[in-house]
Amino acid sequence: MSEPGKDDDIVIHVRGLRNSFGEQLVHENLDLDVRRGEIIGVVGGSGTGKSVLMRSIIGLQTPDAGEVEVFGESTVGGGDMESDSIRRRWGVLFQGGALFSTLTVAENVQVPLQEFYPNLDRTLLDEIAAYKVVMTGLPPEAGPKYPAELSGGMKKRAGLARALALDPELLFLDEPTAGLDPIGAAAFDELTKSLQKTLGLTVFLITHDLDTLYAICDRVAVLADRKVIAVGTIDELIALDHPWIEEYFKGPRGRAAIATLDRAEAKLAGASD
Amino acid sequence: MTGAADFTHERDPGGDVLRFSGVLALAQLGDLPERLRAFDGPIATVDLSGIEHIDTIGAWIIHRFAAEKGATIEGLDPDGKHLLSQVEQADQPVEMRPAHVGSIERIVGEIGDATVTAARTMIGLLAFLGATTVALGNVIRHPSKFRFNATVRRFEVVGVTALGIIGLMSFLIGIVIAQQGAVQLEQFGAQVLTINLVGRITLRELGVLMTAIMVAGRSGSSFAAQIGTMKLTEEIDAMRIIGVSPMEALVLPRVLAAVTMMPLLGFYSALVGIMGGGVMCWALLDIPPITYVQRIREVVPITDVWVGLIKAPVFGAIIAMAGCFQGMQVEGDAEQVGTRTTAAVVQAIFLVIVLDAFFAVFFSSVGWG
Repeated sequence: MSEPGKDDDIVIHVRGLRNSFGEQLVHENLDLDVRRGEIIGVVGGSGTGKSVLMRSIIGLQTPDAGEVEVFGESTVGGGDMESDSIRRRWGVLFQGGALFSTLTVAENVQVPLQEFYPNLDRTLLDEIAAYKVVMTGLPPEAGPKYPAELSGGMKKRAGLARALALDPELLFLDEPTAGLDPIGAAAFDELTKSLQKTLGLTVFLITHDLDTLYAICDRVAVLADRKVIAVGTIDELIALDHPWIEEYFKGPRGRAAIATLDRAEAKLAGASD
Repeated sequence: MTGAADFTHERDPGGDVLRFSGVLALAQLGDLPERLRAFDGPIATVDLSGIEHIDTIGAWIIHRFAAEKGATIEGLDPDGKHLLSQVEQADQPVEMRPAHVGSIERIVGEIGDATVTAARTMIGLLAFLGATTVALGNVIRHPSKFRFNATVRRFEVVGVTALGIIGLMSFLIGIVIAQQGAVQLEQFGAQVLTINLVGRITLRELGVLMTAIMVAGRSGSSFAAQIGTMKLTEEIDAMRIIGVSPMEALVLPRVLAAVTMMPLLGFYSALVGIMGGGVMCWALLDIPPITYVQRIREVVPITDVWVGLIKAPVFGAIIAMAGCFQGMQVEGDAEQVGTRTTAAVVQAIFLVIVLDAFFAVFFSSVGWG
């Protein structure tokens, strides 16, 4: 883990985070740094507080103790976000998409644009929403549909289109590939990767999907025992010899994901020969 | 990243060039889109070598402009080119709004839809009554299927926990009737008839009717919301798969609870209403409670009690069935739970009042007036 500090390269800075619900302690003394431009995967067993960590970082959950800074500004309990300056620099994809159910997909995408840039003209607004919709892989006829008319995967894509509406620097994804078919999940991974490359995005990615971890994550943070027990590349993590991490990456599913990756790389090598 | 997005126009014999500078990102765009749209004249090349940063919205604007003018885009670094190509790929016709419908057409359509929905709901409710009856028949034939605990639990929720609010409401209504009656009847010197008014109207009509409205608001709505949520979370599908009939497990206990509790609550409400009226008569007309009770016994025929007690279980069945029926109709999203819950309460109260009118005509024609 890099040294704590306010330097420009740390986008998310968490120190000594403590969260509890009643008797149940979810986080204690949790530290995490996310560097600019990386895709960080957050993994952990069910109930280890991955989503709670994300909610703490984006200011939806007020922690019992600890400091949370995004772009060098505190976000604890909503923090200084009245200025909106942080909020227009990040996008969040919630687990179920969290689309506004009374608005169409196109209107959902336009909400952040209208909120932060009320002077944008209608035509440009429509065009932006249109290309975002296509970019996230939705069919063009999805624009006027309401969330209730969409499948789970389409809701996720529409949620991503809304999260990307402002071309944010920081993207939070909560289990983006859960519930998607393998083809859709792979396309989602590719989309995330290419957005990160072209826009210089920093991505905070909660996932259970080992294929996603292998395919696109620069580093992986492992949540267990109420804190981040390790951060690093998958190889570094495996080298740590922690039983849970071992089980996670070397279990049958972990091995299958490596095999998939190997096949993909072999194919690439074959193609470039 | 400080410079606002801007462009300069250069005339060139090989074709005019538009040179962009600054940050081509949403926050720094300013009036650039409008200026570009207003820009007139041929452009052969768009030069982006002078820009500091570009995001997808900047790339979109450049792409749209260049496509419109047939200009080529130059001077982008590889990342920028990648971005631009992604935006270009995303340039497809997308429907933005639901198809527009003329207002007259829309109004006629809405009236038609509402009529069809109303008819369907009535048929659906009838079918639901049938299904509930079948479930009741099944349970009577196989008493082991009867969910005793669930039913008793509903007794508590529908009946016992409602005692406080229904009592308070009835007491106040008794007071209001007595007070208004006393004031109006005084004009004819017939204040003493206030007792007739309170006694007959609470036992015959208001006790049951107000209780029905309260139960519809408390329990009918909660039936719809509970069952609707269970429908959304696929709990009801899971029940069916396991072989548990939702009609027997969910609907029947609720209907039975409402049918059993409504007469008790209605009678209780009438009694508390009479008490409220008695307090008011004592305070306003100096009629002591003993006399009040005696008068009530003289002037209220026993048939008034029967009228109330006969109506109550019917109202209870309507409220419970409207709630469960609407809950079962929930499909799709959480918003429906809200609209269906509202529909359940509105429907229940409406049907209760319609039936009450029928009952009034019926009872007076059989001589129980």
